[in-house]
Amino acid sequence: MSNTKFILGCFDDPDDMMKGIDNLQKASVPIYDIYTPMPIHGIEDKMGVKDSRLGYAAFCFGCLGATVIFSIVYYTLVHDWPMNIGGKPSFAIPNFVPFTFEWTILFTAFGMTFTYFAATHLFPGRAPRVMDLRATDDRFVIAVSAKGNVPHEDITNLLKDAGAVEVKHNERKYVSYE
Amino acid sequence: MAHQHESIIREPLMTGKDITYAQITNDILLPVENKPNKAWWIGFIVSSLGALLWVVSISYTFWFGLGAWGLNKTVGWAWDITGFVWWVGIGHAGTLISAVLLIFRQNWRNSINRSAEAMTIFAVICAATYIVAHMGRPWLAYFTLPLPNQYGSLWVNWNSALMMDVFAISTYFSVSLLFWYTGLLPDIATIRDRATGLRRRIYSILSFGWNGSLKTWQRFETVSLILAGISTPLVLSVHTIVSFDFATSLEPGWHTTIFPPYFVAGAIFSGFAMVQTLLLVTRKVLGLENYITMFHIESMNKIIMLTGSIVGVAYITEFFIAWYSQVEYEQYAFINRATGPYWWAYWSMMSCNVISPQLFWSKKLRTSIKFSWFLSIIVNIGMWFERFVIIVTSLHRDYIPSSWAMFYPTWVDVSVFIGSIGLFFTMFLLFIRVLPSVAIAEVKLLLKTSSEQAKKKLIDEGHLEPAEVQYYKESLTKYDSIDMADYEKV
Repeated sequence: MSNTKFILGCFDDPDDMMKGIDNLQKASVPIYDIYTPMPIHGIEDKMGVKDSRLGYAAFCFGCLGATVIFSIVYYTLVHDWPMNIGGKPSFAIPNFVPFTFEWTILFTAFGMTFTYFAATHLFPGRAPRVMDLRATDDRFVIAVSAKGNVPHEDITNLLKDAGAVEVKHNERKYVSYE
Repeated sequence: MAHQHESIIREPLMTGKDITYAQITNDILLPVENKPNKAWWIGFIVSSLGALLWVVSISYTFWFGLGAWGLNKTVGWAWDITGFVWWVGIGHAGTLISAVLLIFRQNWRNSINRSAEAMTIFAVICAATYIVAHMGRPWLAYFTLPLPNQYGSLWVNWNSALMMDVFAISTYFSVSLLFWYTGLLPDIATIRDRATGLRRRIYSILSFGWNGSLKTWQRFETVSLILAGISTPLVLSVHTIVSFDFATSLEPGWHTTIFPPYFVAGAIFSGFAMVQTLLLVTRKVLGLENYITMFHIESMNKIIMLTGSIVGVAYITEFFIAWYSQVEYEQYAFINRATGPYWWAYWSMMSCNVISPQLFWSKKLRTSIKFSWFLSIIVNIGMWFERFVIIVTSLHRDYIPSSWAMFYPTWVDVSVFIGSIGLFFTMFLLFIRVLPSVAIAEVKLLLKTSSEQAKKKLIDEGHLEPAEVQYYKESLTKYDSIDMADYEKV
């Protein structure tokens, strides 16, 4: 029994990598994850990744921001200390618009982005879980878990056939911890 | 992807032969991973001397109070608010490039957005220093926040445009920073995975542990698109609200409904001019000619020409409406601008902002790097004069002729302004040393579709309309980074 934990197909071209995904999927080999230096469009359909729901989160945060600032302005300007400025109404909604607008944007932006960071486990100081150091530079990497996917030679050949420039049999999951 | 070829008649967004993904990384990270060259050091020393001047003059202002400035009873706003509006305007191009051009799927934004966004952030920082400085007692800056206090609580005045400004500028700054930094994460990860030792550790913290996995990228794209969608109205709202500072007053020359669109157009105008000023030098010094190409320069020049024309129409409209309103004070304010003691400021503004951008109708001029740089400086000067004209010439002759006055800047006024430019360039130069000045991941997206080499390959394969190929070849002649000899035989 070899100590291989992950088999990495490293491609230098995103089109070849797409072919690699097809090859593996045709052979019913489950793909662990794919690491690329740039977003590859069409890959999520292939891998069956559903659309992100961050848009809904963004909408909810926007509504929250609008409500919060509208309430603050209403409380201070209308309820707590209404000022008589030439007899004009203190509940002058047009003046509320810029504040409500700005905080809608503010809450949407920060709420959504922090939800994204939380969902994707991104935060300052997190140990980078990188399987191949060139995956952020010029390699498009398909990672296949070695456990259960045997024989490893077949997987290597499937990746090589698609045009992988290198197939690695890593004994550690993340090289960046070294 | 190979099946998504771009039409041949579109100009390439990236030039150079035999470019690979690795080479893009190497080219862009060259200034980050190596010792800076002489040009950088000269620039940095000059800018930090400027920043030092800023520290001295701002400290002087804080110590002695606003009496150090040339303000008087009649002219209560002068170089401070001029500088503030100038910097905020400059700070509009970055988010405009990254947000509006993303929504419109203008791929040429990919190579200029990062440095333009950085520029935005530094410009807004400079603008914010003016706001804090002109408060006179900056330690009371928290008075602008709706905090409970011992006066009742007597809350902030939400009816004031200045209060709206506090919310607009702070939201704009923080959202721009978020947008910029989120976009930087994949590129910081690229630096991290190539670095060793302490550098790796620092960039590791800054990268938030980015690993470029499938879902990270997929969600990243959603986040970028929504951020772009909300930043677009945000960027328009900011200068609209800055214009409210003037438009909601009863001052002749300020009290006009044309101000919001006119200020927004002026902001885009000056922002792109500053991007041009910086990038034309940066591309040369950092050797980024293949990524920031003549197409980018020409596109930005076209935007400068368009927004300059909008600004010109606004100036003329203001004049017409002053006459048409039949309001004596309004009419005087404008006659005084053009022919009063500040006529030179008015005509500097007119010639820099309205007349000179029209020279870009000439293709020869708008594809000349030297001329583009020169004109970008002219536009920067013109836009400073625009704010000076709006503020000082409207104030200096008010309703009571006995209180008419002139404004004369003191050395502190001048030093704060020159110093803020030094501060801006210091921050920008530090940025291009420690972070990639071009969005690496986004430029890699262009390699297989919009690059010169991909299009050359298509031509060599030879299944294209000869007329279209001919059109394409003619469009390449303006590029300074393409050797036309390669195209003679094809």
